[in-house]
Amino acid sequence: MSGFKEFEGKAVALDRANVDTDQIIPKQFLKRIEKTGFGRFLFYDWRYKAEGVLNEEFELNQPENQGATILIANENFGCGSSREHAPWALLDYGFKAVIAPSFADIFHQNCLKNGIVPIVLTEEEVGFLLAKGKEKSFTLSINLEEQSVTDHEGFSTQFPISQYWKTMLVNGWDEIEITLQLDDEISAFEQQREAALQN
Amino acid sequence: MGKSIVDKIWANHVVHREEGKPDLLYIDLHLVHEVTSPQAFSGLRMKNRKVRRPDKTFATMDHNVPTINRKQIDDQVALNQMTTLEKNCLEFGIELAGIDSPEQGIVHVIGPELGLTQPGKTIVCGDSHTSTHGAFGALAFGIGTSEVEHVLATQTLWQSKPKTLKLEINGELAKGVTAKDVILYVLATYGIRFGTGYVIEYCGDVIKNLSMEERMTICNMSIEGGARAGLVSPDETTFEYLRGRKHVPKGEGFDQVVQQWKELASDSDAEYDKVIVVDGSDIAPMVSWGTNPSMTAKVDASIPRQNDYQTELEKDSLVRALSYMGLAEGQRIEDIKIQHVFIGSCTNSRIEDIRAAAEVVKGQKVHPEVRALVVPGSQQVKKIAEAEGLDKIFVDAGFEWRDAGCSMCLSMNADVVPSGEHCASTSNRNFEGRQGAGARTHLVSPQMAAAAALNGHFVDIRKATVGAV
Ligand code: SF4
Repeated sequence: MSGFKEFEGKAVALDRANVDTDQIIPKQFLKRIEKTGFGRFLFYDWRYKAEGVLNEEFELNQPENQGATILIANENFGCGSSREHAPWALLDYGFKAVIAPSFADIFHQNCLKNGIVPIVLTEEEVGFLLAKGKEKSFTLSINLEEQSVTDHEGFSTQFPISQYWKTMLVNGWDEIEITLQLDDEISAFEQQREAALQN
Repeated sequence: MGKSIVDKIWANHVVHREEGKPDLLYIDLHLVHEVTSPQAFSGLRMKNRKVRRPDKTFATMDHNVPTINRKQIDDQVALNQMTTLEKNCLEFGIELAGIDSPEQGIVHVIGPELGLTQPGKTIVCGDSHTSTHGAFGALAFGIGTSEVEHVLATQTLWQSKPKTLKLEINGELAKGVTAKDVILYVLATYGIRFGTGYVIEYCGDVIKNLSMEERMTICNMSIEGGARAGLVSPDETTFEYLRGRKHVPKGEGFDQVVQQWKELASDSDAEYDKVIVVDGSDIAPMVSWGTNPSMTAKVDASIPRQNDYQTELEKDSLVRALSYMGLAEGQRIEDIKIQHVFIGSCTNSRIEDIRAAAEVVKGQKVHPEVRALVVPGSQQVKKIAEAEGLDKIFVDAGFEWRDAGCSMCLSMNADVVPSGEHCASTSNRNFEGRQGAGARTHLVSPQMAAAAALNGHFVDIRKATVGAV
């Protein structure tokens, strides 16, 4: 995973609440053993009518939304199944950030681990962006270091992210590598815990 | 100030703590299945890493295994995932309950059954229903595949301590009301987000009087309320369930470990970040009518109307859900016709569930327009049921009796509900397309599912004199 500090991209609005990971990537596509290639199946049941016919009304299928890299959604995005295939599909499709008033816990973690930034803004802010996205296609800039989102047309705000994840994402660090540096501590813990349980 | 069970388990597992970082938490048990693990093993292989503690890792295959004709698997992609798990377990030295094993089953059914699940343990699995194991007083939660890889490599996870929510269910349950109805009632009342960011501790008289299997049903669906974990302080019921199980210490060792387990229970003066109190006597048999588990009503009630909601977002969700479900505002729950019944899944596929359903079905016939399936949660459950003759009751009534697996809970295998048809299901998720593209799922208890199978529509199990009405 490579790190990044800022990026600019086209935003697409998906104004639905409680979008679950079964919708993001339906189960029939979970049988692959790779992490790549899931983008084709993103939101499959919404993107396609029966038999692979494109559903032209679906937000992601509208011509002006092609090439979007920022997804704006409504509350509790990513609820349900823990499948990491959901962020893999978003990533493979081209999304680098998701903006919503709230996220489900596991999905939120899974995004961070894959370099997708889950951005929590207030309901009003997200409401504004959703309304704008429904009107026309527009560009947003996201600056991870400054924790800011702006549309260069007067909308500008900041988002929260833990220092830990900010550092990880900016540097593109491998979490396992960091943990393995604590190997001695883990071993010591194991010895002490196993001794305690034997008592 | 006293400590809650979550405080105690957490304190016992912090390996490393540093300002500005989550805690590094030790993991005692890592359960693995075929769908969320292949990419984790490839990750290890790419970096030349090994599994730190194969002895604390246990694998099975459940999500896409066929539940019929297991010797001959037609789905090549699913087969590939299963053989991949076999190869990975062999290469990394992990114990596997494979498709031919008498211990095979849904990961959340076999963990407790084999006594791998124990009080005080931290348990993870690449599966959101890992919360099930919390019934034993373990801190158990679902993780993504990157985290699976992290645990395989390090036996730890970086985690921030979650907030705690005490959910107290007092009073007594009415006859015909089950653990499934308790959790569906909670979701119908508090929604699918009330637990986000929290670990739920279930307590109160109702919980105290439940069996272990019933507690598992409740903890299982914690994630449906947004909570990554849900648990119950261990008590005599817990210890008795575990006594004699395969991975539990025997004899004197058992008494010793019980002493340690007893100390885990929450102190009476423990503090919580949030407290919810529920009156158990208000709970009725529940049926979900929509496309998330909070869209659920009492069986003798009706589907809500737009006017029952305040916000546009809620009204919009209602309209979308009813259009998907092919149902109407104000329609009576008992008038919903069903064409399929699924008794199974990690929520309700244990022996008590199968027995309860069998009791309703005994001597009756499945409605001619209904296709009904019983899928035991594990091969061991199947064996016990068959020894009790329960399989015969189901088969005589017109049910199909299958081998263990997730089956129609998520329909990754061939067990699918056709588009537009309704299924009374004992599983945990009624999301769009969950049981098949266009499939319409209604979440219910095993008794309610069995009664619906006989009648072709939902019936109030409290009124049904067992059998057709
Ligand atoms: S039974 Fe259903 S919910 Fe449970 S582990 Fe299997 S697929 Fe997941």
